[in-house]
Amino acid sequence: MQLTLEFGGGLELLCDSKKIHNVNIEQHNGEDKLIMKDLLSWVQTNLIKERPEMFMKGDTVRPGVLVLVNDCDWELSGQLNTSLEDKDVVVFISTLHGG
Amino acid sequence: MEGEGGERKRGARLCCVCKKSRASVKRPKTLEQICRECFYDAFESEIHQVILENQLFSPGERVAIGASGGKDSTVLAYVLSKLNRLHNYGLHLFLLSVDEGITGYRDDSLETVHRNQIQYGLPLKVVSYKDLYGWTMDEIVRVIGLKNNCTFCGVFRRQALDRGASLLKVDKVVTGHNADDIAETVLLNLLRGDVARLSRCTSITTGEDGPIPRCKPFKYTYEKEIVMYAYFKKLDYFSTECIYSPNAYRGFAREFIKDLERIRPRAILDIIKSGENFRISTSTKMPEQGTCERCGYISSQKWCKACVLLDGLNRGLPKLGIGRSRGSVASDNGNESKVEKSIQGKQCTTLDF
Repeated sequence: MQLTLEFGGGLELLCDSKKIHNVNIEQHNGEDKLIMKDLLSWVQTNLIKERPEMFMKGDTVRPGVLVLVNDCDWELSGQLNTSLEDKDVVVFISTLHGG
Repeated sequence: MEGEGGERKRGARLCCVCKKSRASVKRPKTLEQICRECFYDAFESEIHQVILENQLFSPGERVAIGASGGKDSTVLAYVLSKLNRLHNYGLHLFLLSVDEGITGYRDDSLETVHRNQIQYGLPLKVVSYKDLYGWTMDEIVRVIGLKNNCTFCGVFRRQALDRGASLLKVDKVVTGHNADDIAETVLLNLLRGDVARLSRCTSITTGEDGPIPRCKPFKYTYEKEIVMYAYFKKLDYFSTECIYSPNAYRGFAREFIKDLERIRPRAILDIIKSGENFRISTSTKMPEQGTCERCGYISSQKWCKACVLLDGLNRGLPKLGIGRSRGSVASDNGNESKVEKSIQGKQCTTLDF
């Protein structure tokens, strides 16, 4: 599954200072269903290079990190249970940096 | 983009205001699901209402926007210019930035402010610590290390903004402090037992008795909405943490607020409401406001905090004025009692007024 992931608000510093990542995620269970919960653990393993605690807390993003799936607040689409499809754009923005 | 197959499958919800477009944001203040355009309207008109209800401005006033290049001040500059045009506030707006002299941080964020100057067509004034005090933060940190540096920076910044404001001959300074910041400051002042600050930190306008009043049009605006607004509008802002700021105590309060927000977003406004309604017992001793004998700046002590700190730096005693201990300025001048309640050394004080 091809996804575009975008990191902003300082989160890009955790993944090689690169804001946009075009990624291809293989689902191991053979299903073509991927939800945000799966994506978060994939991102944590594959993209986050430093200070993972700035990105995750428990099994979800750290409070203060905004998530948008196709420019829609993930709080409207079921957060961790939001299902993802090919070519989706997922944006993570930290609100925790500077004013 | 809208109406693509993906969204339909995921059961795209409609905006609860216009009932036409796909909802893009869940508003923390109201829990409404709202589309982008209706969100812009709600966001801007609520700030307009706050400005009107609190009579923040009068026509013809010169107003400086404290601009750091970060999300809050960038959105403030954008929204305030827009409201000024739209509702004929008749304000003369300026961008005012402080260059603390922090390589790799402020120099980068100032580039953002320079771009904002062009993007929004607002005149920009930059005042630097080097010019005002003869020291950059880089130089100060080299002398004092990474402990207490935020005390210097916070005290100097507060004054630098005032000095810049008087150079611009403005009537007011507005800052981008948002609801989350204010809730956090209420908690911090409570945790520190700082009653004087606790009683004034929720005021939308402060320093009316001083040279230049400051106000916070984003007092009731959630950080989440500011960031969403900046994202959707593709506003150009800078987001890197200061390289010198460990910010432990404030960071802890911030995280607590964010955890609360996740469970119940109203908590942020409720903390502000509590802060607004504290009544300080009349028997509590409050510092008296006077002026600094050295530089004339407002001060509750003989010398203002910036002069005490600067004196320490210049005399090679940078620890002077840090911590609760009595500064030796007091003994030099034989006036111990007045310096007693000197500001404690603490973490980054950008939010103190």
